[in-house]
Amino acid sequence: MDPMLTIQELKHLATEIRKDTLRSITAAGSGHPGGSLSAADIMTALYFRAANLNSPTDPDRDRIFWSKGHIVPLLYTLLAYKGFFPKEELTTLRKFGSRLQGHPKKDSPPGVETSGGSLGQGLSIAVGAAYAARYDHLPVRSWCLTGDGEIQEGQIWEALMAGAHFKLDNLCAIIDNNGLQIDGKCSDIMCIDDVAAKLRAFNWHVISIDGNDMEQCVNALDEAKTVKGQPTAIVAHTIKGKGVSFMENVVGWHGKAPSQDELTQAIRELDAQECE
Amino acid sequence: MATAHKDVCGTLEGKATRFGYSDGLLILGTTDPRVFVLDADLAKSTTSERFKKEFPDRFIDCGIAEANMVGIAAGLSLMGKVPFTSTYGTFMVDRALDQIRVTVAYGELNVKIVGAHGGISVGPDGATHQALEDLGTMRMLPHMTVINPCDVNEARKATLAVAAMQGPVFIRLGRESVPILTDDATPFEIGKGITFEDGDDVTITATGYMVYEALLAHEELKKQGIHARVLNIHTIKPIDRELLVKAARETGAVVTAEEHQVMGGFGSAVAEVLVQDCPVPMEFVGIKDRFGESGTPDELLTAFGCRAANIEQAVKAVLARRKR
Repeated sequence: MDPMLTIQELKHLATEIRKDTLRSITAAGSGHPGGSLSAADIMTALYFRAANLNSPTDPDRDRIFWSKGHIVPLLYTLLAYKGFFPKEELTTLRKFGSRLQGHPKKDSPPGVETSGGSLGQGLSIAVGAAYAARYDHLPVRSWCLTGDGEIQEGQIWEALMAGAHFKLDNLCAIIDNNGLQIDGKCSDIMCIDDVAAKLRAFNWHVISIDGNDMEQCVNALDEAKTVKGQPTAIVAHTIKGKGVSFMENVVGWHGKAPSQDELTQAIRELDAQECE
Repeated sequence: MATAHKDVCGTLEGKATRFGYSDGLLILGTTDPRVFVLDADLAKSTTSERFKKEFPDRFIDCGIAEANMVGIAAGLSLMGKVPFTSTYGTFMVDRALDQIRVTVAYGELNVKIVGAHGGISVGPDGATHQALEDLGTMRMLPHMTVINPCDVNEARKATLAVAAMQGPVFIRLGRESVPILTDDATPFEIGKGITFEDGDDVTITATGYMVYEALLAHEELKKQGIHARVLNIHTIKPIDRELLVKAARETGAVVTAEEHQVMGGFGSAVAEVLVQDCPVPMEFVGIKDRFGESGTPDELLTAFGCRAANIEQAVKAVLARRKR
């Protein structure tokens, strides 16, 4: 078991993870930095504090499903920092022959729980895993990362129905609510506000937070573990491209790799924030 | 060579393959605690309801949400369960294709996908409910095993066999009662076809219900002095190349028969093998690039060319081509 990291240590870790995620995307020449950066804080909190995850093969580990599979560069970096595979491999992202596929492929590398990338599928899988864990009286929690663009997919709402119907209180959905999707603002493309109200109407316990505030992330994830009789949804209000000034809230950085110069600038900014 | 079918060949007494599925599930309920069964509000029709009654804590009705059902099954399988998902084949395959492709097949998950109500013999419900592309769609997916049992016993054996193997599987079931052609002694091995009748004049290779029609055609052809070899190919993927090539080599002419679109279906699967390894004249019996319609199963099987008479006609056509 990892020693419990402090908020300050988690913040530092999230910055390092952001930097290595961007390095891998630049090395690949393509990939999805915007969402990787928006979700970096809460997923760092999940992987390094909230979730029980010491080995990718432990049958009693928490299961974490990445429904918004396109931000897999962040997942790979987290898994490398967990020690599940060598960090040096991160720069093989999206290259021919690499284990680090452009979208998640199960067990490639270890710690990728399921294949994905066609949006909307992950929460159903998380429902199934939570159902089985409860049936077997395992201490396993099932977590699913989704996004506010992704929840335009109808299957997400099928899974929300099922999670509540089965009263799966070992299930938690994290919605990376960064407000942008490929074609523009979510509110312009297909508005689903008020997300929290809709989730409550589906009988989920809802926690709304600033998803780029590490303390709020940690507290929300801890709260999810205490809820009984219903699943929890954390609506993490985040900034797409968080931490890099020229990427923040810019639609164009959804799926574009930073150039070498842009990477240097981004890392400089992230390092500067560390010193603040 | 299997001979069990001879006792019943020619009678219409029988049972629908969907009951063989639940016969198998009831056995698995006792023998394999990993087995879960999921349905999408059609448990009565698929007969998975029989499992629900005996093992309610391992049955999940997902409601009318097939995509979600496949996802839940995926999650169960990732926790070591062996989930079977069943509903009508059209909804099972077509509504949940993305989930089957990305999550189940690409992930090589141990999920058993069961499409009931396959074929034109679904009858009065019409085209929307008659799965005519299920086998073709499923066989295109890497890692997917595809099985189409010919009778209730074979459906039971297939259900048991797929639970014992690791990996994604699709099984097709039928709605209507069909003659029982096999018994407990008839071998069943995934990927191994069965020679039901020996003969060296022509090969009729059939799958699912059409095995019965092939046997009827065999009897009729025999009266005319044509000795047809009849193969029951229950596993469409991986297909039994060896048996097919041997039959093509020894008979020199092949007719395929399926209650499914010929295009991309069983006929195509057989042709893909033979054109490479032993090209011979071929004819295809099955649905020819059209949607179904309402009617009785009997009316539709005749109207859509899925009868022994169509097989006979195809045999004569293929023999004429071979002589040329």
